[in-house]
Amino acid sequence: MGNKQTVFTHEQLEAYQDCTFFTRKEIMRLFYRYQDLAPQLVPLDYTSCPDVKVPYELIGSMPELKDNPFRQRIAQVFSEDGDGHMTLDNFLDMFSVMSEMAPRDLKAYYAFKIYDFNNDGYICAWDLEQTVTKLTRGELSAEEVSLVCEKVLDEADGDHDGRLSLEDFQNMILRAPDFLSTFHIRI
Amino acid sequence: MSRQLKGRGEEAGRGARGRARSGSPGTGDTSGRRPSQKQAPRAEGAAGRRGAQPGRKEPASGSPRPGSSQRKQAERRRQREELGEQGQSSAERTFEGRRKRDGRASLKEQRAPPKKEKEVPRKEEMWKRPKKHRSPSLASSASGGGSLSEEELARILEQVEDRKKLIATMRNKPWPMTKKLRELREAQEFVEKYEGALGKGKGKRLYAYRTLVAKKWVKFKRDFDNFKTQCIPWEMKIKDIESHFGSSVASYFIFLRWMYGVNLVLFGLIFGLVIIPEVLMGMPYGSIPRKTVPRAEEEKAMDFSVLWDFEGYIKYSALFYGYYNNQRTIGWLRYRLPMAYFMVGVSVFGYSLMIVIRSMASNSQGSASNGESTNFTFSFKMFTSWDYLIGNSETADNKYASITTSFKESIVDEQESNKEENIHLTRFLRVLANFLIICCLCGSGYLIYFVVKRSQEFSKMQNVSWYERNEVEIVMSLLGMFCPPLFETIAALENYHPRIGLKWQLGRIFALFLGNLYTFLLALMDDVHLKLSNEETIKNITHWTLFNYYNSSGWNESVPRPPLHPADVPRGSCWETAVGIEFMRLTVSDMLVTYITILLGDFLRACFVRFMNYCWCWDLEAGFPSYAEFDISGNVLGLIFNQGMIWMGSFYAPGLVGINVLRLLTSMYFQCWAVMSSNVPHERVFKASRSNNFYMGLLLLVLFLSLLPVAYTIMSLPPSFDCGPFSGKNRMYDVIQETIENDFPTFLGKIFAFLANPGLIVPAILLMLLAIYYLNSVSKSLSRANAQLRKKIQALREVEKSHKSVKGRKTAQDSEDTAKDASNATQLQLTKDGTTLHRASQNETPDKKAQDPGTSSSASGTTLPASRHLSIARPPGARPDSGPARPQTHPWRSASGKSAQRPPH
Repeated sequence: MGNKQTVFTHEQLEAYQDCTFFTRKEIMRLFYRYQDLAPQLVPLDYTSCPDVKVPYELIGSMPELKDNPFRQRIAQVFSEDGDGHMTLDNFLDMFSVMSEMAPRDLKAYYAFKIYDFNNDGYICAWDLEQTVTKLTRGELSAEEVSLVCEKVLDEADGDHDGRLSLEDFQNMILRAPDFLSTFHIRI
Repeated sequence: MSRQLKGRGEEAGRGARGRARSGSPGTGDTSGRRPSQKQAPRAEGAAGRRGAQPGRKEPASGSPRPGSSQRKQAERRRQREELGEQGQSSAERTFEGRRKRDGRASLKEQRAPPKKEKEVPRKEEMWKRPKKHRSPSLASSASGGGSLSEEELARILEQVEDRKKLIATMRNKPWPMTKKLRELREAQEFVEKYEGALGKGKGKRLYAYRTLVAKKWVKFKRDFDNFKTQCIPWEMKIKDIESHFGSSVASYFIFLRWMYGVNLVLFGLIFGLVIIPEVLMGMPYGSIPRKTVPRAEEEKAMDFSVLWDFEGYIKYSALFYGYYNNQRTIGWLRYRLPMAYFMVGVSVFGYSLMIVIRSMASNSQGSASNGESTNFTFSFKMFTSWDYLIGNSETADNKYASITTSFKESIVDEQESNKEENIHLTRFLRVLANFLIICCLCGSGYLIYFVVKRSQEFSKMQNVSWYERNEVEIVMSLLGMFCPPLFETIAALENYHPRIGLKWQLGRIFALFLGNLYTFLLALMDDVHLKLSNEETIKNITHWTLFNYYNSSGWNESVPRPPLHPADVPRGSCWETAVGIEFMRLTVSDMLVTYITILLGDFLRACFVRFMNYCWCWDLEAGFPSYAEFDISGNVLGLIFNQGMIWMGSFYAPGLVGINVLRLLTSMYFQCWAVMSSNVPHERVFKASRSNNFYMGLLLLVLFLSLLPVAYTIMSLPPSFDCGPFSGKNRMYDVIQETIENDFPTFLGKIFAFLANPGLIVPAILLMLLAIYYLNSVSKSLSRANAQLRKKIQALREVEKSHKSVKGRKTAQDSEDTAKDASNATQLQLTKDGTTLHRASQNETPDKKAQDPGTSSSASGTTLPASRHLSIARPPGARPDSGPARPQTHPWRSASGKSAQRPPH
């Protein structure tokens, strides 16, 4: 209990609870996880909102993320500048979206951003190729990859413009039976 | 003033509502709004400035910005200031401040310009600021003069409600945390400011009080939630497993935990309402024959080998049906134990049915649109196959491999879906496989029947060996162990798709288990009938023994004879207890077999593979034995069948549920340990959690099937004459009639008798059937309507899109022309500007099919090829604020117009 007072003010904790899907205890745990990543960087006092960023190399080496093929994308999407370096706020944001309680729509929105590798607001064939290569570690041949991408576009592209818009993506992903259960990270 | 106020209020309200409503990157909604007169110049100025900035800063925006952090700090500081001194409406000051900051920023940004994304919140701020500055004055007028009309009050109230809603749904917004925090703080300030102002005089205090209470309530709820999440057992263990094996293995443990919860409730029911009252208030052990070990068994009653078979003292304990007395009421509470026993037996089934059906219903609600998921196979594989929970490199490797194979599989499926090769051979093989499997099933059924029959003979003989006594359990366990692999081998003939194959396999194992269980039950039933037919003679013997004992000659008639010692009274075989013991034994042997298989099959194998790998000819870990997989489907089926046995047996052995609770508890820890220490993840993924209705459906089926024999015995077999709570009655359910007759007023009894009349029950059942039919047809027609509507929406959308794409192509052409004009007109304009425009035009052209992003950026010519993706990365930043405006106008036109007017730098 004593620790809590020194790290965050009461209002900060309340605000974080309003803005994330976490309980107070989980926020504290996340903070300590965050602090553990770079003990020399992150101060133990957040009452004055210090502007600290933990570099992507450390974020990506977390056991929760280190085996994820999309870890870089996740970090980029949630970091403010798209470079993967994260402040505590970004960090909380990330795990809040990936938490079990987050609603489908929110998850779908961020999933779209994650799979949209070139950040153009659409998942185009190139993004799909990237996704497949990451998923299979490049073990599919080029023809297979392009066939898969073609198929995906064929299935999910509602407006036939050759790429997936957010709408198409949501339309598709909201029907996926295990999207909710797989698109979350427990911490 | 008041009209202005109204305008503002309206606008603010709309803004807030818009923000609250928009789930998507909501920054865009401001752009659709028309500024009111007073804001217009400022807004225009700002827009001009804003428009100017991107031109300057856009091009080299890919790299991270060193200045951003300071800027953010400044922003935050400013924000705090603002919030602190909201009282003084200091539009000028902030304006200046902003300009200053802009200046500072632009200085910095010459080196490293900001992203356009950053501009978006600022723009929104701008829209919000006037509103915010207005608010204090509004508040003062509200609190001071009370001059606000009802209408305005209502509006403010609405706004406050909007804000409150915003606060409540803040966590659902896809905004970065800083923005969320800021919005939250603003909304809270707003609410606090106005909530007090809303009421007047007395109402004000009441209002304040109510808000205070509401706040406390929210806080309490939050604390309670915090507490509740801490109370969920094994959360960390399951999380651990989840991160090592992915969600599918963890879902088994979640299912196990759910099962444990259900059993705990059942245990509480039985323990609290049957066992405890009987132990505390019933007659003590040794007082009556049914509670005493018979003389013949007394010697060995405490031997472990006897106790292990649930004979001896255990047989005559409260764990089994026979122990309970048929006294109508017991103890000073006048507790009606037989009645309670019956009702608990019924409610065990009632509760289980209810909970299973409820969780099934909630599952099917969660996955409402499951029906048409078949046409997204590749998309689902692409976007949902990675399990983000995986935090273990080995599992990740497996997952990669399985994803690759599944992709390859579906590619092959896709390629071969149209060509069918030698359908006759496949058909023949499938028929053959099914024939073989049916043979196996029949064989195993016969084997069990044979063994049970033999065991009945053994039970009549003296001094049988350990094997002969436990033959049934051993044979059943062995069948359960060896048949599934055999089925899998046979199923290889069929050449099904793995997923379909797995379903077949599950169905066959299910049939095997079920068949075995039912043959077992039938054989048991034979035994019961045999015992029942013998009962009459035993009854006579008992009667005569007692009669002879009390009336025998040679005893002084005047002195009453001491009652016969309960151990000496001859008694019937008490088939209920025998059935209970059978189920008890089955459960325990099942548990032991499971544990031993885990120990031998998984743990020892893992040890062997791990340690012998150092000195072996081939690689054991990768080669033949390797590590065992965690068999999710087998484990879940085992769990379900175990539960079926518990349901069947719990009526005749109230202690069975207690044993099951222990079993589940130990297996939770044991299997957690075994999984973590010696298993590798399953290759085929089949979900087993509550979220999958397939397993719940199996559970429901098993529940129903286990309900049948129990109901049959209750309804049609007479209870034993000298043991159990229903002894002496013709049927077990007579206890209800008895209670109704003796304890309820007569008219109630009449009503019940009337209700039980078949003339009433049959129509009731008919009515229910009709209702089911009707509801079913209604739901069918609704779903049909639903599908049609969806189709219509789809068609509409397609029409819209094609419309737009045509338009977009036109605008794209237009824009290129205009761009040329513009660049011609403003010769001084930097080429960078041109690229911006170019890119902007791309964003706003919905139809990008023709334009490859790569070519377009290379066409712009100024961007470096290396930063291609980053430069294309720009648009999403721009998109959110331009996106919503897109459908209505030709934003590109206005943008180009602006650029044409824009003075050269």
